[in-house]
Amino acid sequence: MTFDIEKIRQDFPILDRKVHGKPLVYLDNAATTQKPRQVIDALVHYYEHFNANIHRGLHTLAEEATAAYEASRVRAGRFINAAHPDQEIIFTRNTTESINLVANAWGRKFLRPGDEIVFSAMEHHSNLIPWQLIAGATGARLRYIEIDATGHLIWDDVLAKIGERTKVVAISQMSNVLGTINPVKQIAEVARRFGAIVLVDGAQSVPHMPVDVRDLDCDFLAFSAHKMLGPTGVGVLYGKRDLLDAMDPFLGGGEMIKRVTFESSTYADLPHKFEAGTPNIADVIAFAPAIDYLEALGMDAVRAHEIEITQYAIDQLSAVEGVTVYGPADAGEKGGAVTFNYGDLHPHDLSQVLDQEGIAIRAGHHCAQPLMRELGVVATARASFYIYNRKDEVDALVDALGAADRIFGNGATTRA
Amino acid sequence: MVQRPEPELDELYRELILDHYKHPRHRDPLPHADVRAEGYNPVCGDEVDMQLAFDGDRLTGIALQSRGCSISQASGSMMSGLVEGKPVREIRRLSDEFKQMLTDPDAPVPDDLGDLEALRGVGKFAVRVKCATLAWHTLADGIDQHEQGNSAVTREEA
Repeated sequence: MTFDIEKIRQDFPILDRKVHGKPLVYLDNAATTQKPRQVIDALVHYYEHFNANIHRGLHTLAEEATAAYEASRVRAGRFINAAHPDQEIIFTRNTTESINLVANAWGRKFLRPGDEIVFSAMEHHSNLIPWQLIAGATGARLRYIEIDATGHLIWDDVLAKIGERTKVVAISQMSNVLGTINPVKQIAEVARRFGAIVLVDGAQSVPHMPVDVRDLDCDFLAFSAHKMLGPTGVGVLYGKRDLLDAMDPFLGGGEMIKRVTFESSTYADLPHKFEAGTPNIADVIAFAPAIDYLEALGMDAVRAHEIEITQYAIDQLSAVEGVTVYGPADAGEKGGAVTFNYGDLHPHDLSQVLDQEGIAIRAGHHCAQPLMRELGVVATARASFYIYNRKDEVDALVDALGAADRIFGNGATTRA
Repeated sequence: MVQRPEPELDELYRELILDHYKHPRHRDPLPHADVRAEGYNPVCGDEVDMQLAFDGDRLTGIALQSRGCSISQASGSMMSGLVEGKPVREIRRLSDEFKQMLTDPDAPVPDDLGDLEALRGVGKFAVRVKCATLAWHTLADGIDQHEQGNSAVTREEA
């Protein structure tokens, strides 16, 4: 398949809709992406033809549902080049739950008072709060790697913060605010020197660029289906088999056990040990066509498209008087998210005006309050792109800044 | 689902609101405050610092410094002008009236809210209601502190 945006757009029914009488311009893809017809159809097909609970029933429907569910697992594992895709992929609800699983199931067993957990100043709350909680429970300490004015991790600080006491390095591969792509492979090398495990938050990277867990040599990778054309309610946790084997379960219940007495139980083999209770069968099954869709395009082509439109957005927005763009100015160093402010207009006011023009962006602290403080702002606006976004949508965004101007006056800079 | 006409942006951003946003009143910190209160909206990060002075059960002085969107700033500015000099019981009544105006589109339009009546359109933009009520929640917290004889700073989450 060649990268034909018009053809791609035809696969996304929602892109035909109008908002406030204007064609939808959807620039909130870092929050969640839209879904192609293939994914929507797969959900309907499952419910219409083989809806059944998995791993237990001995009837035809249960066998078909189980096969499709496990096929999605292998599909997700191969997408990130897992060595054992049938065992190293755990389905959760979202990236947040994947990280909580590791923080709890690994952290409770292996962290001791004085051990250190290292993350970065640009983490999403989902890769921060789980570690704060487990640090509180185990006596481990938290350290964070600082960033420079251009939104990059300071390498000297990577070397300063990761050391003998480090047991966990938890780092995002792509910032959801600045878009910065972090050198997680190099960071993992440093962590390994000290025997620390490395968890990569791939919520933003896996949907937008080729990610290979064996090349990164990370221990865990967490990401979400809904940010990569798939349904909501499906998270993925990749973990190296020996590490997953060594961990105790996260949640207890049905499906994750072998033998149960009133006093104790033995646990199921991987990956079922970590999937207690009936999982999100339909959405997991409908995740497979989302991966198929991206692979048919090719992740290199997805990345190339995003570099092009992101650079265009950075250049066009930066050219508007009063606009401040945060993060790397070179789209080759970042993902498809452009964070900015317009004068001292509050991003909520800007977002409200843009919505009236049919343009959906994100405004707020992006679940990264510590980073907002580092940037010296309360909140920012963020436009984020995906495979179906065109340059004329960037133009629509820039034009709509004029509408904000008409209401608030010159970038709202008139206020004392 | 009840179909209501689509709200227009000029119902939200009325001239009076923009005026209060660009030229907020009661912004200079109160030098001899009896009570200080802080408000915070975790959804958008908006912050309010408020100082209050009382004579018995009458609010004799109010000042607020805020960081936030036009709606939250304008609401705080308008509110300060309305409540200064009024007894606490009256302020509580006005607060209830204001909140009802924003949350119940069928409620009659009150005639004693002064400039704040301009914020009526906010009710049509549900996510912005918390912006408009942040200063009011902070004020309520300050009044509670005064009545409990407590002048320590507390933080009110809207």
